[in-house]
Amino acid sequence: MIEDYLLSLILFTPILVGLLTLLIPRERVAAIRWFAFLGSLIPLALSIYMWLAYDPGQPGFQFQVQRDWYPAIGASYRLGVDGISVVLVLLATLLTPISILISWNIKDRVRTYMALFLLLETGMLGVFLTLDLVLFFLFWEIGLVPMYFLINQWGSEKGTREVGGREIPARNYASLKFLILTMAGSLGLLLAISLIGVVAGTFDIVEITRIWSALDQPLALLGVPIGVPIEVVKAVAFWAFVIAFAVKVPIWPFHTWLPDAHTEAPTAGSMILAGVLLKLGAYGFLRLVLPLYPAEARDFAWVLALLATISIVMGAFAAWGQQDFKRLVAYSSVNHMGFVVLGIAAAFFAAGTLSADDAVFAVNGAVLQMFNHGLSAAGMFLLVGVIYDRTHTRDLAAYGGLFSLAPIFGGILIFTSMASLGLPGLNGFVSEFLVVRGAWPIYTFYTVLSMLGLLVTGIYVLKGIRGTLHGPLNEKYADTPIEINRREIIAIAPLMVLMLSIGVWPSWIVKVFNETVMRLVGA
Amino acid sequence: MIEIISWLIPLPPLLAFGLIVLFANRSNRASHTLAIGAMLISWALAMSVFISAVSGGELPVSTEVEWLPTGDTAFNIGTWIDPLTAVTLFFVAWTMLAIFVYSVGYHNYGNARDPEDRPGFPPQAGGIEPMYARFFAFISLFAFAMLALVVTDNLLVLFVGWEIMGFCSYLLIGFWYGKDSAKAAMVKAFMTTRVGDVFLLLGLAYLYSLTGTLTYSEILLNAETLERLATTPSVLGPGTSAAALIALLFFIGTVGKAAQWPLHTWLPDAMEGPTPVSAMIHAAAMVSAGIYLILRIFPLITAGWRHGEPLPDVMVIIAFIGAFTALFAASLAIGQNDIKRVLAYSTISQLGYMVAAVGMGAFVAAAFHLITHAFFKALLFLGSGSVIHGVEHGAHESGEHIDPNDMTHMGGLRKKMPLTFWTFLIGGLTLAGFPIVTAGFWSKDEILAEAYGTNHLAIFIVLALAALLTAFYTMRQITLTFLGEPRSKAAEHAIESKWTMTAPLAMLALFSLTIGWAGIPKGFPVLSSFIPNWVHEFVGATLLEPVESLEFNVIPLLVSVGVALGGLLIGYLMYRRQEAGAPDPLARLGRVYVWIQNKYYFDELYDFLFVRPLFWIAETFVYRGLDRRVIDGTLHGVAGLAGRLGGFLRNKIDLPIVNRSGDFVGEGIKTAGYQGRVIQTGRVQAYLIVGIIFAGAMLSYIFFLS
Repeated sequence: MIEDYLLSLILFTPILVGLLTLLIPRERVAAIRWFAFLGSLIPLALSIYMWLAYDPGQPGFQFQVQRDWYPAIGASYRLGVDGISVVLVLLATLLTPISILISWNIKDRVRTYMALFLLLETGMLGVFLTLDLVLFFLFWEIGLVPMYFLINQWGSEKGTREVGGREIPARNYASLKFLILTMAGSLGLLLAISLIGVVAGTFDIVEITRIWSALDQPLALLGVPIGVPIEVVKAVAFWAFVIAFAVKVPIWPFHTWLPDAHTEAPTAGSMILAGVLLKLGAYGFLRLVLPLYPAEARDFAWVLALLATISIVMGAFAAWGQQDFKRLVAYSSVNHMGFVVLGIAAAFFAAGTLSADDAVFAVNGAVLQMFNHGLSAAGMFLLVGVIYDRTHTRDLAAYGGLFSLAPIFGGILIFTSMASLGLPGLNGFVSEFLVVRGAWPIYTFYTVLSMLGLLVTGIYVLKGIRGTLHGPLNEKYADTPIEINRREIIAIAPLMVLMLSIGVWPSWIVKVFNETVMRLVGA
Repeated sequence: MIEIISWLIPLPPLLAFGLIVLFANRSNRASHTLAIGAMLISWALAMSVFISAVSGGELPVSTEVEWLPTGDTAFNIGTWIDPLTAVTLFFVAWTMLAIFVYSVGYHNYGNARDPEDRPGFPPQAGGIEPMYARFFAFISLFAFAMLALVVTDNLLVLFVGWEIMGFCSYLLIGFWYGKDSAKAAMVKAFMTTRVGDVFLLLGLAYLYSLTGTLTYSEILLNAETLERLATTPSVLGPGTSAAALIALLFFIGTVGKAAQWPLHTWLPDAMEGPTPVSAMIHAAAMVSAGIYLILRIFPLITAGWRHGEPLPDVMVIIAFIGAFTALFAASLAIGQNDIKRVLAYSTISQLGYMVAAVGMGAFVAAAFHLITHAFFKALLFLGSGSVIHGVEHGAHESGEHIDPNDMTHMGGLRKKMPLTFWTFLIGGLTLAGFPIVTAGFWSKDEILAEAYGTNHLAIFIVLALAALLTAFYTMRQITLTFLGEPRSKAAEHAIESKWTMTAPLAMLALFSLTIGWAGIPKGFPVLSSFIPNWVHEFVGATLLEPVESLEFNVIPLLVSVGVALGGLLIGYLMYRRQEAGAPDPLARLGRVYVWIQNKYYFDELYDFLFVRPLFWIAETFVYRGLDRRVIDGTLHGVAGLAGRLGGFLRNKIDLPIVNRSGDFVGEGIKTAGYQGRVIQTGRVQAYLIVGIIFAGAMLSYIFFLS
C-alpha cells in the first residue's frame, strides 16, 4: 500500500517541510533549524525503506505512479525508480540532512534559508524520480532557483571578481555565472524535449524510449511533412541534450562556473552542489541520452571520451594550481566527475555491441563513482567549511601545523582526502578501478592518459593536507579553538562509514544497480 | 583449518588500529598492549601456517568469497598459501614483532612526558613521545596492509595492501610533521612511489581486461593463459607481447616501491621518520613488497622463456635496472655520514641484487636474498636507532649540540653499548657477506653464482663490484661508529639502550647468522653433504615448473669471498684512525666525492625536469591561462557582446525608432491640437463664418466639380 505513494512522499515531503518552516516565527531560530533538520530525515527514512524494498532482479521501473497531469500536451505525472535512481535518491536524501546540520552557523534569515534548501531537495529528487520529460525539465530548472539565492545571499561575503575592468562581489558574479550558464545549456534541452514530444506524441520517457530509436519516418508536423531527415533531427536533439548535461556535470570546457560557484556558496550549498547537483548531468546521460540516441551516442562517444580525459587531467592540474583550499576542492570535482564521463563514454561506444561486457564495468564504475564523489566531495567541503569557520581564511599558506591543535579534525581530513584520492580500501578506488577496467579495452589511450592524471590527483590532495595540517604551527592560531565539534562530527560520520564500507565491501551497493546497468547497455 | 587461519592473519593489527584510534588513544599502555598483543596473535597464526606448510602440508591452500559483482560475473577475493607466501609470512611476522617491541623502548615508554615536547616534533630530552598511541596505531595499520598483501590470492588485494602501506609510510615518514624536512619527505615518498603505482594499476587493468581475472591460480599457474598472453601482441603493436607489457608495467610499480633507479630518491629522505619506521619500510614491509610482487608475477615475466635461452627484452630491462641500481646505490652509500642514510642506500643496493636476480630468471636466489635481507637490514636499522638513542642521551648529558645521526661524531661506542655493538657487527658482516657464518654470504653468493653460471658476465662483474663497495661502506660504518676512540662528548656519554630495544636486536642477530644455512648450494664443499638445500627445494616449488639448480662452480665463490673480505679490510684500514674534525679519506676523490655527497644531483635534476615545469603547467598554463583567460575570457566576451547587443537595441532601435515613433504620434497630435487651438476662439460669429465657408465649399464641389 505504502509502495503506491512512496515516491510521491519522498518527492514532496521536503517542500512541505519547507513551507511549514515558514510558519515558525522568524526569531525562533533553534526551532527552525531543528524542524528543518528533523523534517529532512523523513525523506531519508523513506528512501532507506525504498532501498530495502527495491528488487534489483526485477526489470523496469519500480514503485511506479501515474496520474494525468497535463493531458492537453500529453504530459503526465509519472514517477518510478530503477537501480541507478535508487542510489542517487538515497544520496540526495542523505546529504540534505547533513547539509542542514552543518548550516547551524547560518545566522541570517535562517527561515528563508532552510525553506530554500528543502525546495532544492525536491528539485533534485524530482529529476531522479520522474519518468516524464516535461516534469524532468521542470524539476531540472526548479533546482536552479534556490541555489542561485543560496549563493547570492548566503555566499561568502569577502572577495571580488574583476570583469571587464569592474570589480563586482564574487558571490554575485558566481551565482549569476552559475545561473546563466546552466540556463543557456538547458535552453537546448527544452527545445529538444518539445521536439521529441511533438514527434512522439507523448512525453513519457519509457514510452519514448520504446518507439523513438525505431523512429525512421520522415518528420511530420501536424501531419505535414517538413522535409528534414529524421537523422538530422535526432542529431540536433542529441547535441542539445549533451550540451545541457555537459554544462551540469561539468565537462571541460563548460566547467568554469563550477569553481566560482563552489567557492562562493555557503558550506552546505557547496556540499549539495558537488554532492548531488553535478550528478544530475551524469544521470541525464544515462537516463535519456544513451537509451534515446544509441546510434548518435556511438558515433560521438569519442568526443565525450576525449573531453572526459581533458576534464580529468586539466581538473587535476587546475586543482594543484590553487592557493585557495575551497577552490582546490572545487576543482577536484572536475577531475573526479571526469571518470564518470569516461565510463559513460565507454558505454556509449560499447552498449549493445559485443564488448557490452566492458560497458557493464564502465557504467557500474560511473554510477558508483557518482555516489562516491557525492560522499567525498560533500565531506571535503564540510571540512573546509569547518576550518574556514575557525580561521576565516581559505588560503592554504595561511594555516600551517594545525594538526597539533585539532587531531580529530586532522584525522578526519586525512581520511576524507584519501577517499577522494582513491586510496584502496576506501570507496573512490573501487569506482575508479571499475571505470578504468571498463574503458581500457575501448579507449586504451584515453584511459592511460586519465590514469596519469591520477598522479596529479595525488599531488593536489596532499597539497591540501600539507598546507593545513603539517609543518610548524602557525602561532596566530595557538589560542584559537580549531578542533571540530560534536555536531560536525555527527554530520560527517555517516559519510565516513559509507566511504569505508564501500571501499571494503562494495558488493552491497553495486548489487543494487548492477542488473539495471546490464539491461541498460544490453549485456 | 589453515584456510581459516589464513583469513585471520592480517585482522588483529587492523582491529588494534581501530581500537586505538577510537578508544585507546589517550592511554599509552593500552595502545602498545593492543598493538603488540595483536601483532603477537598475527605472528602466532603466521607461524602456524608456516609450520604446517613446511611440514609437508598440502600446498597451495586457497579460499575465496565473492567481493564485487559486475555483470554476470563477480570478482572474488580470497587467501592463497604457497611456499612463497609461507616464507614471506615467516620473515614478515618475525621482523614486525621485533619492530613492535623495539618501538616501546625507542619512544621512551616509562619516562615522563617532557613539558617542552610538542606533538609533531621528536622528544628532545628522553621524554616519552607525545604521540605514542598514534604511532602504535599507524604501525598496526602498516602491519595489517603488509600481511593482507602477503596472504591474498589476487593482484587486486595485493594492490590494496600495497597502497595502504604506501599511505602508512606517508603518515609515518611524516610522523614528526612539524619538521619541514619531514613534511617534504612524506610528500616525496608518497608521490614518487605513486608514479610506480599508477603504472602498476594500468597493468592490472590491462591484465584484467585480457583475462577477466586477477587471481594468481588462474593466471600465474595456468599454462594456457600464460601462453596466450605471451603470444598476444600488446596494445603497443606486434613487437611486444601482452605478457611482456604487463610485466613491464608491474615492474615499474616495483621500481617505485623498492626504490630502484630512477625512482630511488624518496627512500633516503624517508629516514625522517622514527627509526622503527625505517626498519618497517626498509626490511619488513614496504620495499620487500616491491620484490614480493615481481616474485609473484615471475611466471608472467618469464612467460614464453625457458631456462638457458637468451633473455627476452623485459627480463633484460629488469636485470639491467637491478644490477645498475645495486652498484649505483652502493657508490652513494660510501659517501654518507648519516648512519641511517648509509643503510638507506644499502637497502636500495641490496634490492637491486634481488631485482637483477629476477631479471636473470633466478627466482629462488631472489627470494632467498629477500628473506635474509629482511632480517639483517631490520637488525641494522634497529641497531642504528639504538646508537642514535645512546648518542642523543650522551648529547643531552653533556649538553653538546650535535646531530646524533652523524657518524663523524661517534667512535668508540663498542664499550658504551656492547650489546648494540655485537649485534650491529653481526648485521654488518651479514650485509657484507662475510663467508660461511653469515646468512648474507649464502644468499648473495647464490645470486652471483647464478649470474656467472648463466653466462651473464656483465651482470656478474657489476654485482661483484657492488659487493666490494658494500663490504667497504659497511666496515666504514662500523669503524666510524663503534671502533677507535669517541670523537665527541656525546659519544663519550652514550649509554646502552633498554632491554625492549636490545632483545629484538639479539633475536634478529640470531636469525642473521643462522638462516643462511637453509640455503647452502648443492655441491658446496663439505657443508652440502650434511645440510640439504632446503630453500631451493621448498621455495622453488612455488612455480609451475621447478627450476633446476646450477652446477656448483668455485669461481663465483672465490670472487664473492674475495670482495667481501677485501672490502671489509679496506674499510677498516682507511677509517680506523679517523680523528675528530678530520676530512673523510674519500675526499681525496675530489669532484667524484662532491657528486656522491650530492647524490649525483638527482633531486635537483627531477626538480628541474618535472616538479617545476609541471607546477607551471598547473598554475600558470591550465589555471590562469586556459581557465581564467581563454574560457572565462570567452564567456565574459560573450556576456559583453550580449550586453552590447542589448545596448545597441536600446540606444539605436528602441529609443530612436520604437520609442520615437510612439512619441511622434503623441507629439504630433499634441502639436496639431496646440496649433489648432487658435481657431477655437469661442465666438459664435467666427464659427458661423467657418460654417458658411465650409457649406459654400461643399456646394461648389457638388455642383461644379462632379
